[in-house]
Amino acid sequence: MTTSTPLDQSLLYPSPLKEFWQAFAHNTGALGGLAFMILLVFCALFAPWVAPHDPSEQYRDFLLTPPVWLDGGQWQFLLGTDELGRDLLSRLIHGARLSLLIGLASVVLSLIPGILLGLVAGFFPRLLGPGIMRLMDIMLALPSLLLAVAIVAILGPGLINTIFAIAIVSLPSYVRLTRAAVMGELNRDYVTAAQLAGANLPRLMFVTVLPNCMAPLIVQATLSFSSAILDAAALGFLGLGVQPPTPEWGTMLASARDYIERAWWVVSLPGLAILLSVLAINLMGDGLRDALDPKLKNAQ
Amino acid sequence: MSTVLEARALTRHYSVSRGLFKPAATVQALNGVSFSLQSGRTLAVVGESGCGKSTLARALTLIETPSSGSLQIAGHEVAGASHAERKQLRRDVQMVFQNPYASLNPRQKIGDQLAEPLLINTRLSRAECREKVQAMMQQVGLRPEHYQRYPHMFSGGQRQRIALARAMMLQPQVLVADEPTSALDVSIQAQVLNLFMDLQEQYQTGYVFISHNLSVVRHVADDVLVMYLGRPVEMGPAEALYTRPLHPYTRALLSATPAIHPDPDKPRMKISGELPNPLNPPSGCAFHKRCPHADERCRSERPELRLIDARQVACHHVERIAG
Repeated sequence: MTTSTPLDQSLLYPSPLKEFWQAFAHNTGALGGLAFMILLVFCALFAPWVAPHDPSEQYRDFLLTPPVWLDGGQWQFLLGTDELGRDLLSRLIHGARLSLLIGLASVVLSLIPGILLGLVAGFFPRLLGPGIMRLMDIMLALPSLLLAVAIVAILGPGLINTIFAIAIVSLPSYVRLTRAAVMGELNRDYVTAAQLAGANLPRLMFVTVLPNCMAPLIVQATLSFSSAILDAAALGFLGLGVQPPTPEWGTMLASARDYIERAWWVVSLPGLAILLSVLAINLMGDGLRDALDPKLKNAQ
Repeated sequence: MSTVLEARALTRHYSVSRGLFKPAATVQALNGVSFSLQSGRTLAVVGESGCGKSTLARALTLIETPSSGSLQIAGHEVAGASHAERKQLRRDVQMVFQNPYASLNPRQKIGDQLAEPLLINTRLSRAECREKVQAMMQQVGLRPEHYQRYPHMFSGGQRQRIALARAMMLQPQVLVADEPTSALDVSIQAQVLNLFMDLQEQYQTGYVFISHNLSVVRHVADDVLVMYLGRPVEMGPAEALYTRPLHPYTRALLSATPAIHPDPDKPRMKISGELPNPLNPPSGCAFHKRCPHADERCRSERPELRLIDARQVACHHVERIAG
């Protein structure tokens, strides 16, 4: 190394964003997941232009056409058609919009209040902790789908209410995880050191303690993304979620179950779409967790 | 030289629940500790595990509020201080912890951790903070490129120097060091201790140095406070205390220090038994159950600190034992 002034040498380090990207890009699985998610988001954003057909257009002459690589497949319908003659590829592309929205929105809507409640419960174990935790225990004691059904029944069916219901149902796991992690970290000396440095409560919560609690939360968030899509499907199946003509992966999966023996593609393709996007998100979550953990980063 | 820290009868009791149907018990973790510390001096607090050393550290750094007694930092009384005053006082007492692996935030870069006290307590710009951090890092023997590194990339000795640098960033009046070298290799200990002393000389900080390692204490301390079961048993200048310990507990502690060439003339003084349960301290002198000189008076009457030979000793029979 050449000799340089002390300040210059430390300024040579990459910006935090670049450093994060380097650590993230080191993980091939995470990169693959990211690429798939970008593709999916692109499809969702530009669905009307990407999709070859209108998702609700019914081609009555082409009911249950198999995908193009099977006998009887048509180049017009790359992935075949469903029981009403609608193009599956177009429906999957349009369905990505709602499914991603449901997954993301419900994860964000439960992650943020979950972390806040967990932090409060962990920082005030005598005052507010027991109240919050008993409430979460009550919510955990109810079967999650039943609770979601009850919430939707109160709020009324529809997309937004479905998202709220799923977010509320998955709240307790975030609260519990955050509180457990916070209580473990609070006893450590570096928290005391930050207190001595004069850190106030918000700084202590969000700058000192929270970054050290993120690993289990990221994993939980990526896992609950998939269960959110599936829960939305279950609600849709009960007629409480997204209403039928709208393409949505879960609803598509549920409504095509009668044809699983005659036309496997109608069921399998939405299932495959859910599977792949969940896999991609889990890989991304793993990469995110590793990239955010300084111990797993490459030492310079 | 000014008094930076003055404790008067500092006491901390904990209430411990013993189950649903038993009344809560009280642990007297700290009982009537008084001392005063001048700037640029070092007071060492010694005693075996569970004698209240760490509770004292937590009380001095305002992490815990004492149950009673008074604590003055640089002449300002802590008890009854307003929130803003406490914040100001807190700046003046900083701490170095025992375990360097737990005292640094694993997710924060060293530079950010060192800059944190400055960012919170001063109005310096980021560039000025950075400059100060770099200067301090150089002083504790860290290279400038360490600024961007995370704690796990450092050895124990380096981490303890980082922790010391963080504590000194605000140039506090008092530094409380809770067994700062006990987690380190012997070869590193001297290096870290010398750094402590260099910084003290430069900033004239008053040190409260908590340790159970008596040879380390002898190296750094000006005054020594010996504690037993939450109470001070002997306090005085280090050199006098080491050459002629007065309290039987101090004598036992010093004779328990291993030496390569033990002095055959010095009788080995052993104490048997364990530290009594602080939930149920013995009557009279807390040390009487393990003291070879104990008699009826020790069992019934608790000795107060007395001034003997410019030292404070809490023992009924000092004259007989040490004379």
